[in-house]
Amino acid sequence: MTTVRVLRRALHGLTVAASIIFAGCARTPGDGVEIHFWALGAEGENVQQLLPEFERRNPGIHVRLHAIPWTAAHEKLLTAYAGNSMPDVFQLGNTWIPEFLILHAIEPLDTLVAQSTVVRSDAYFAGIWETNTHEGRLFGVPWYVDTRVLFYRTDIVERAGFSRPPRTWAEWDSLCRRIVESGGPDEHFAMLLPTTEWAPPVILGLQTGSGLLKDQGCYGDFSGPQFQKAFTFYTDFFRRKYAPVGQTKVINLYQSFAEGYFAMYITGPWNIGEFRRRMPPELQDKWMTAPLPGPEEGKPGASLAGGSSLAIASSSRSKDAAWRLVEFLSEPAQQLVFYRLTGDLPARREPWSDTTFTNNPYARAFYTQLNTVMAPPKIPQWEQIAMKVQDYAEIASRETMSPRDALSALDRDVNVILEKRRWMMHAH
Amino acid sequence: MSVRTFQSIAVMGFLLLVAATTLAPLLWMVSASLMPSGQANTFPPPFIPREITLDQYVGLFTRLDLGRNLLNSILLSVAVTVVSLAVNSMAGYAFAKYRFKGKQQLFKLLIASMIIPAQVTMLPLFLMLNKMGLINTYFGVIIPGMASIFGIFLIRQYALSISDSLIEAARIDGAGDFRIYWSVILPLCKPILITLAIFTFMGTWNDFLWPLIVMTDASMYTLPVALAGLVGEHVQDTELMMAGSVMTVLPVLVVFAAVQKYYIAGIMAGSVKE
Amino acid sequence: MHTDSRTRALVLFLGPALAAIGLFFFVPVLAAFVMSFTDFDIYSLGDLRYARFVGVRNYLQLFEDPLFWKALWNTLYFLVAGGPLSIAVSLGAAVLLQSKLVRCRSFFRFVYFAPVVTTLVAVAIVWRFIYHPRFGVLNFFLSLLGVTMIDWLGDPHWAMPAIIILAVWKNFGYNMIIFIAGLQNIPASLYEAASIDGAGPWQRFTKITLPMLAPTTVFITIITMIGYFQLFAEPYVMTQGGPLNSTLSIVLLMYQQGFRWWNMGYSAAIAFVLFACILVASIVQTQLQGRGGE
Repeated sequence: MTTVRVLRRALHGLTVAASIIFAGCARTPGDGVEIHFWALGAEGENVQQLLPEFERRNPGIHVRLHAIPWTAAHEKLLTAYAGNSMPDVFQLGNTWIPEFLILHAIEPLDTLVAQSTVVRSDAYFAGIWETNTHEGRLFGVPWYVDTRVLFYRTDIVERAGFSRPPRTWAEWDSLCRRIVESGGPDEHFAMLLPTTEWAPPVILGLQTGSGLLKDQGCYGDFSGPQFQKAFTFYTDFFRRKYAPVGQTKVINLYQSFAEGYFAMYITGPWNIGEFRRRMPPELQDKWMTAPLPGPEEGKPGASLAGGSSLAIASSSRSKDAAWRLVEFLSEPAQQLVFYRLTGDLPARREPWSDTTFTNNPYARAFYTQLNTVMAPPKIPQWEQIAMKVQDYAEIASRETMSPRDALSALDRDVNVILEKRRWMMHAH
Repeated sequence: MSVRTFQSIAVMGFLLLVAATTLAPLLWMVSASLMPSGQANTFPPPFIPREITLDQYVGLFTRLDLGRNLLNSILLSVAVTVVSLAVNSMAGYAFAKYRFKGKQQLFKLLIASMIIPAQVTMLPLFLMLNKMGLINTYFGVIIPGMASIFGIFLIRQYALSISDSLIEAARIDGAGDFRIYWSVILPLCKPILITLAIFTFMGTWNDFLWPLIVMTDASMYTLPVALAGLVGEHVQDTELMMAGSVMTVLPVLVVFAAVQKYYIAGIMAGSVKE
Repeated sequence: MHTDSRTRALVLFLGPALAAIGLFFFVPVLAAFVMSFTDFDIYSLGDLRYARFVGVRNYLQLFEDPLFWKALWNTLYFLVAGGPLSIAVSLGAAVLLQSKLVRCRSFFRFVYFAPVVTTLVAVAIVWRFIYHPRFGVLNFFLSLLGVTMIDWLGDPHWAMPAIIILAVWKNFGYNMIIFIAGLQNIPASLYEAASIDGAGPWQRFTKITLPMLAPTTVFITIITMIGYFQLFAEPYVMTQGGPLNSTLSIVLLMYQQGFRWWNMGYSAAIAFVLFACILVASIVQTQLQGRGGE
């Protein structure tokens, strides 16, 4: 008996101690509601600054913000779902929506949007809005958009004899050759294509018109002729030594870009701010952004429809308060403030006519690119498939497998991943 | 004589070299954590900060808010240590000094199952704790750490050496079972209890995989999990990451330095074969 | 009455530990075994109807998965190259420390042991920077010796050796302590007798030290092996299993399948293969020891 009591007392004491220790952190308002908001990476660190204004306007609502690192975000959200500890509102990459959808983890927003004066579909970029819908219903409100464009060193490109960035694959290829052949620091390359990123090979595939998957997303289509063409073009960057193999040498990519170790990099809007901050002053006017080159003459190259949306968990008990936060963050004025804080591009069109953007030469390429964006397949297994694409892209880049073999191995792996999907589509 | 001196110098020199190599990564960690941002990523690599700054440490608590994670680590390590010490010492004592049917077989089963890697249990354990609503709570870490077979084994081995006559004498004096455990056995087992406490504390402090799985919310992470999460985001910030590493490693090193003797005794006790 | 109260005490003493171990260890082990024959995944978590019994399919699929073979190969590489190396270093350090020529013994013992108690995640982060190809301290020293730049964690041939070096550095102190305990148990008279017979230091080492340490060595081999089979945090922090999956370990694969993609049935199968490997290797070790002892 005594032991049990001792144990119980110890456990009780612990809980009490814990609640005392953390009482200071957890401000629990007596009357109003508290909503949990998960935001990721830099967004999570910065959105805090918008919240006081929201709380001022909505005195009954207190927002508890958690910043989750991007690298762990996907895992953490799924774990939270599995562990019944979903936040009320959360930021999620819009390629993740299908996954949460099938779990019934996110709330459909159509009725809320229909009543809203702030969130209207025609105010958003069409390609981006579309990524948030599934079978005609809306599950997320685009928060900011993200697509990939070409960042390049203007001085190096000029030195290689180009007055403007490449528009076609053919131009891109010859520019790379000239950069590598022209002088520079001892070891230098034209491109940086980190093999920890699945976006570049996938974008090239979307550009050639590959659907990536076939038969309603039940089988891989990576060995198909379109993706084959794109993948060969991708691996040629490594084979021809236009891009370094492996990536640990450029742990600090800003430093390497400044040194001229590489001259072009396919990346997203967050890097506008980073490049401005981390490039030495003498190089500030020597870099620029450009829409991606396309495989054919006269047709702009497509890029990825990415970005983050705000979603409301089905499990939330404060959906109205959660929606108020979503509406607040979607206001054009807040989108502008958020852009100034993070460099994340607004998902709505209105803020783009503000002088903040019209005076920003780096943003122009993104605006152009956003009119030609495509979404990757909208299936829950996409993240897992994307990691496989990345794996085989790395294998092919190191030439341990020919591109053709890598792609058939990729299809084989992808078809194994999709087995459950095939079963579920036929059984239900 | 001179041969011996020469040998002695050679051996000492070699040992010092090994010691320097062993300490170098830790010393570099401390040194880099005192550098201003960007200084560590230069060539040739600087070994000593040109000027010493505590900016990185301030950054840990302001920019990264690791204070909360430090608190989590302390709280969890202490809690697991206290609870498991109670549970394991009772069981170890029972295995050493009580007679009951199937004791030997039960003990052998426990020892044999030590070979099952903990990873096997993690998936169902996660689902179970989830059903109990313990994911992302302190109990999610404390409960699976409550009892350890190794801990029971350690205590049992030690308690075996306690003479039965002491227990009998106490019993004749009218002491109950719990009283004997509390006032006779525990004081006698003090050295091994301290050893086990250190093992458990350090094991919980340094544990990575389980808290990584169980804690879903950044504010619940322990220091190692928080630190691993930062690698992806702050890989450019070498000096900041070094400061975070110092903060994680320093407490265990200090504890170890203070109670070295018990810790080493524990390793030796654990390695004694039946 | 008397026995009654003793029984009650026994239940109180053993109850909490056995309940905890039963509920949070043995039940999950059995559950994992059952799970490994299902395709339990994230959908099943949402709705149990989405789980199927699939017999041994997970295991068959595993044996066809190139990634699994890669992970198994990497783990064995780590084990076979890293294990003996770390044991040899431990033995060397123990023998030198026990030598009569050494002063400040406890200082050295403390220093050599310090890495053991450090947090693996933290020191893995430190070593990640030490291994940096351009600014890392290690390549700097190697360049002084005329060795050209090695891309430690970026080159598939070097990434595993890099992790092995870290593991040896981190772990050798632990086994060193056990070896020291073993050495202290060897009677000094044996060495004296051997010296009188004219045996040199090397002969004394091979003819006395090694045979006398045999049981300790077997013990160390087994615990080292069990520990090394569970390689996880080093590649998780330093390489995420790359480059080219050259540092993907069994446990990392299990973690990715289970807690990243939520293929829990498949992940459970991986866990049991890991268990089987450890079991077989331990049996082989003990058998070899038994034969060597005869």
